[in-house]
Amino acid sequence: MADPMRIRAQASGGNATVRVLMSHEMETGQRKDAAGKVIPAWFISEVTASLNGKQVFSAEWGPAVSKNPFLQFTIKGAKAGDKVAVTWKDNKGDTRTDEATVS
Amino acid sequence: MHNRRDMLKHGARLAGLLAATGLFPHYALAFNKAAFDAKSVADALKAYGGGVPTASDAVTLTAPDIAENGAVVPLGVATSLPNVKQLLILVEKNPSVLVASFAVSDAVVANFSTRAKMGQSSDVYAVAITNDGKALFAKKEVKVTLGGCGG
Repeated sequence: MADPMRIRAQASGGNATVRVLMSHEMETGQRKDAAGKVIPAWFISEVTASLNGKQVFSAEWGPAVSKNPFLQFTIKGAKAGDKVAVTWKDNKGDTRTDEATVS
Repeated sequence: MHNRRDMLKHGARLAGLLAATGLFPHYALAFNKAAFDAKSVADALKAYGGGVPTASDAVTLTAPDIAENGAVVPLGVATSLPNVKQLLILVEKNPSVLVASFAVSDAVVANFSTRAKMGQSSDVYAVAITNDGKALFAKKEVKVTLGGCGG
């Protein structure tokens, strides 16, 4: 199981800005190891986020997103105390969900 | 002329071709694989149902002029247009051009940021795909001092 995400959600002017740092290798499938064998691609391909259990955000990523990815988005109409949950799923089928409270 | 830069470029292209032949284990997920496998900006947009891209002031791309480290290039995409379905970030000279695709809905502001890898200096595109299949873009050249796809 992968390390937890760091999620910060801040309310400002009726919206909430969510910043997420995920912990993931994000291997491109382009690199080779010392023996010259290609390291298979391993990356987060889907990211979704929900506000109080209702999905509000989704994205698809390719292997070109950086290692330990950063993501920022803004949810409309979210206020302090609301719960933001972020889920990612990688191309090996591993998945992780973490939750934060809007402050 | 065969300088180092050209060699790198050809290497990347070859890797791309190999990947396209299906020699590598591919991800078995229900996501837009065609778009993420695309080798050119036009192909990637086609996979999302976008037409011929036109430049637009309503699409904003936030990117540095010079990226010191190609492994972490902060990129942002935003639009003020209505009826936008997807916002895409593409790096023209990466082995696969599409970096990320964000779904735009009523619940979120059409403004997303992330960090991307760039193999070499390249034009970066922010593309908005509208509900009626139009593709509007903004582009910016980002110079990379140290590539992020080597190893």
